[in-house]
Amino acid sequence: MPSLNNLFGFLQDWISGKLSGFLPPWGVTLAMMAITIVVLLLFLVVTVMYLTYLERKVLARIADRLGPNRAGPLGIAQPVADVLKLIVKEVIVPARADVAVYFLAPVVMVAPALLPYAVLPFGPRMVPADISVAVLFVPAVTSITTLALLMAGWGSGNKYSLLGGLRAVAQKVSYSIPLLLSFLAVVLVTGSLSLVRIVEAQASYPFLLAQPLGFIIALICCVAEVNRSPFDIPEAESELVAGYHTEYSGVGFAMFFLAEYIGMFTVSAMLAILYLGGWQGPLLPPYIWFLIKVYLILCVMFWLRGTFPRVRVDQLMNLSWKVLLPLAMVNVVVVALVDKLGLRLGFLPGLVASLVVMAAAGAILRSRRPARPAAPPRRGWQVREA
Amino acid sequence: MLRTETLSINVGPQHPSTHGVFRMLLTLDGERVVDLKPYFGYLHRGIEKTAEQRTYLQNVPFTDRLDYICGMSNNLAYALAVEKLAGIGPIPERAEYLRVIMAELTRVVNHCVAVGFLLNDLGAFFTPVLYCLRQREYILDLFEMASGSRMTPSYIRPGGVAEDVPPEFIPAAKKVVAGLPAFVDELDQLLTGNEILMARLQNVGVLPPERAIAYGVTGPVLRASGVAYDIRRAEPYSIYDRFDFDVVTEPGQDAYARFLVRLGEMRQSARILEQALAQIPEGPVMAEGVRRIRPPAGEAYARIEAPKGELGFYLISDGSPNPYRFRVRPTSLINLQALRDMCVGHLVADVVVILGSIDLTMGEVDR
Amino acid sequence: MTELDIISRLQAALPGLAAEPVEGAKDPTLRVPVGDLVRVASWLRDEAGYDYLSNVTGVDRGEQFEVVYHLYSIARGGGPLVLKVSGPWDQATVPSLVSIWPAAEFQEREVYDLLGISFAGHPDLRRILLWEGFPGHPLRKTFENRTVPNAEMVATMADEEVPHAEN
Repeated sequence: MPSLNNLFGFLQDWISGKLSGFLPPWGVTLAMMAITIVVLLLFLVVTVMYLTYLERKVLARIADRLGPNRAGPLGIAQPVADVLKLIVKEVIVPARADVAVYFLAPVVMVAPALLPYAVLPFGPRMVPADISVAVLFVPAVTSITTLALLMAGWGSGNKYSLLGGLRAVAQKVSYSIPLLLSFLAVVLVTGSLSLVRIVEAQASYPFLLAQPLGFIIALICCVAEVNRSPFDIPEAESELVAGYHTEYSGVGFAMFFLAEYIGMFTVSAMLAILYLGGWQGPLLPPYIWFLIKVYLILCVMFWLRGTFPRVRVDQLMNLSWKVLLPLAMVNVVVVALVDKLGLRLGFLPGLVASLVVMAAAGAILRSRRPARPAAPPRRGWQVREA
Repeated sequence: MLRTETLSINVGPQHPSTHGVFRMLLTLDGERVVDLKPYFGYLHRGIEKTAEQRTYLQNVPFTDRLDYICGMSNNLAYALAVEKLAGIGPIPERAEYLRVIMAELTRVVNHCVAVGFLLNDLGAFFTPVLYCLRQREYILDLFEMASGSRMTPSYIRPGGVAEDVPPEFIPAAKKVVAGLPAFVDELDQLLTGNEILMARLQNVGVLPPERAIAYGVTGPVLRASGVAYDIRRAEPYSIYDRFDFDVVTEPGQDAYARFLVRLGEMRQSARILEQALAQIPEGPVMAEGVRRIRPPAGEAYARIEAPKGELGFYLISDGSPNPYRFRVRPTSLINLQALRDMCVGHLVADVVVILGSIDLTMGEVDR
Repeated sequence: MTELDIISRLQAALPGLAAEPVEGAKDPTLRVPVGDLVRVASWLRDEAGYDYLSNVTGVDRGEQFEVVYHLYSIARGGGPLVLKVSGPWDQATVPSLVSIWPAAEFQEREVYDLLGISFAGHPDLRRILLWEGFPGHPLRKTFENRTVPNAEMVATMADEEVPHAEN
């Protein structure tokens, strides 16, 4: 009886064993690849569908509401209903659209979003391809979607969509840099770009404890990368400029929606792998630990969406270039120094150094707040003569 | 040199954040607003003209529908004007207390809606709206208990109030009022110190006090510019001189100051309500002999501190049962005059925020 | 200082002023000739501290029109002072007070829109609640307020004249 821990490893061996009964070795490899791809895609599609359901339920509870509860018991069939609706909706192509670009944009959005799953490790033997440059591969591939935003904005033939697309591209590009710098800090410590190696290096403690500053920067940048609130200006309805996907309906819109949620899962998975220890954890099977960590980060993203107001465009750029980028560079230097010191104290030196940097940064930011006239105390309003 | 052009953009009339049917023609230089022209009148229903063909009592439901969020306050202003015009009085004590209770509950309702929808325009996902609307629901239940209707009560009438409240009203109101300070504390804790909120609201829509007074702006917008002018203190009407409360003023002059003033006013309303509910006596609720209102020829102007500012009614009578002239001093229209000054020089994204911080209701602007 | 004192100070300060207080009014009211309106208004704002114009009302008095201004003082906390100007309908023009109290801007436009009284010197005198081309001025007593059954909405402006955003 295979233990739960090793379930997928056991399944892999069993299936390839059965197949090699009647297929030549190269046939077995091909068949295994095909099966892996199908399983991954199915997993992704179902996960993303139910991610939308989870998000709506969590957001509703934050806002003192119930969330979907009509379609099926507890609203479980809601995502199915949504998918069906989007598929049968009429696709309205704007008259001034650049048709080829308009139709290619959703494709360019979804296809690269699926690629990172080839290298994300869900467990010790659960990586479709353990390449040695995974940390480089994932951001490289997901940044192809930036092109799709521009294509959607241009292809819609709508001036405001174009402006929205340009803003979205600026946002993605600006937030990629501090994100990569935080990843760099982790790579420095492990000495390897392979995701499997990075998870294995967190056997004693997750990097969150040693580099909390890096984690916070990475979290903020990840939220901005997937256009989630509070950084969701490209998609906001109450902003003057329409979003880049305004002119899409039906299946086209479904593709953008799908790509957004797949992106959310991808960045949460990267954060879980790089900072939270991937599949490491006692008692439970490793893939369960991995999913728990990913869903934890996803719930934090839902929480941010349900509570914070939106950041204005110029404030967004300021945050990225004037705050996050210098902090990320300082983080890399600090991590490198701490590593060079070679103290055998586990995560403590890194933790202390990060906390010092965060305190200093907090003090600097606070002192640069614009001056306001002195406000009266919040309780006990003073009586003025009237 | 590069030749640059300004861009003209329409905001509204259909737009999720214009608080009603309201159109603004913005002239932009890049992202900065250079000029703003407001267009309204989409909700003009000809109330002033129609009221000249109805009796004074029949006009009470029209007043509900001016600023439809604050029905009770509008009723009160009109009742005071008619009473001044026709010399109706004295108003029974119980009616006076009920009027103050309803007016202050309306103030809380209006500020709940204002704060909630300001945050909705900022993009906070609807959560603050629902927290505020939940509190408003408790108060609307009270209104329904008293007058039979949640939003257009027609309850406060010339001479007193329409009818006495049922016996379960006072205990229910006490319960709601007891929960108000905790609710404002919760909003305070969640919103006031929020970094993003402060970054979006501070130094946005600055209105210096001299400009505010010159434009005739009143209410929380004026008090957020540091001018401590509240009609309940400057020219007390009804029995407001018996209650102990503070005039909430902020020196900030920006949208953040207006937000803080509204939170503070909710606390002060809770204070007034506590006192009023404790002191309310028994007795009749309508003055004696108020049957057919036929004021002698003359005119009267009465104003109250409505939740949005100074709401006044100017009535001219020619001795007939219908008013000769029924004029509403529209709070929101006059507060709107300051919009252009406040928006010029800001970014496009701030215009919606400034509009939300003035707190308009198009029903009052257009009548 | 009560309003009546202010009125007597005003009459002393501006010689040749033919303004009289109105007897029996509920609030202190001063009837001012149309030509002296701006002088009186500036004096009231600068010397008597009436910094807040609360209300501008237009009234159709049959043969005459009337414009009523309600003034308050926020600085001193003073009560209402009412100014009235009137004149015959064939000379329905009043000097605009926007240069003295900007609060008059939209309210004077509304009086123009609904009653047809013009304000000389107003920076942007156009209709505010109704659309350009609306026939007549509704608040006049001669304007019939009735429902017209089966009425046809006829466009009163050509398409090119309708104000649009340029882009």
